[in-house]
Amino acid sequence: MTASNPQAAREIRTYAIGYLLAVLLTGAAFGAVHWRVASAPTVFGIVLGLGLMQMIVHFRFFLHITLGKSSRADLQLILFSTLIIVLMVSGTLVILFNLHHRMM
Amino acid sequence: MSAAEGAHPGLNLTHPHAKAQEETETALFGFWVFLMSDAVIFALLFATYGVMLHATVGGPTPADVYEIGPALLETAILLTSSFTFGLASVAMKHDAPRRRLLGWMAVTLVLGLAFLALEVRDFLTMVAQGATPMRSGYLSSFFALVPLHGLHVAAGCLWLVVMMVQVVVFGLDARVRINTLRLGLFWHFLDIVWIGLFSVVYLQGLIR
Repeated sequence: MTASNPQAAREIRTYAIGYLLAVLLTGAAFGAVHWRVASAPTVFGIVLGLGLMQMIVHFRFFLHITLGKSSRADLQLILFSTLIIVLMVSGTLVILFNLHHRMM
Repeated sequence: MSAAEGAHPGLNLTHPHAKAQEETETALFGFWVFLMSDAVIFALLFATYGVMLHATVGGPTPADVYEIGPALLETAILLTSSFTFGLASVAMKHDAPRRRLLGWMAVTLVLGLAFLALEVRDFLTMVAQGATPMRSGYLSSFFALVPLHGLHVAAGCLWLVVMMVQVVVFGLDARVRINTLRLGLFWHFLDIVWIGLFSVVYLQGLIR
């Protein structure tokens, strides 16, 4: 925790970098909506893109998930969960919006 | 120590012997599996919310009931609490004075409770405007998704109190350390879910 321990200083720096990046990305997303920088669909796209980037920042700097060999199992589990989520969420949206469209 | 870096999610501790290292890895991987299945639950509630978004049946719309100020404040508070929990993990790993670990845990707890207080105030404001879960499909899905995250944060706050008591009573033995690491994963995970909430729910609703 003190300056005499270089490893602790490095770890605190990792958390601080993550925090700084997360604050910048959050600020950008809220700013884009508050000042309405583009048309509504474009702003929503920007917000989603920034949100995805912020999730990656959190995984990397707060949860210490890296591309290193030893954390492969955790990364694989994240990627597998992401696959399941993408399949179920996009499937739900496609089917129900299609149904909604046909009911009109 | 470099060999053990990244052996499990979250901050990796320095272990005196290989067996303790292995036990920690197994314990945290199990908890990681739980978190990923929890992520699937949240994802499906997000999908439900997306489908229900236009089902307002003449009731309040997202733009009527959301406010950007409180959402930004809640985001800032939760994000800061993630950072302070990181500082608590580093303090635990390097055997900093006990009061420093407890101090950062207490700061995290206060931030978590402040987040909950603001969120409950938001819900009460919405209910006062007639935006109750019974009003429309959109509001039912909103009140299924956002308060579930709040419930997780409340559970995390309770867990923080329990861990602080355990640190004081039992000291930092192997079990207390593993459970504090698990709590850290849980807390950072909730912050990641909140990114989805403020992007998809609050900011999408406020875009005009």
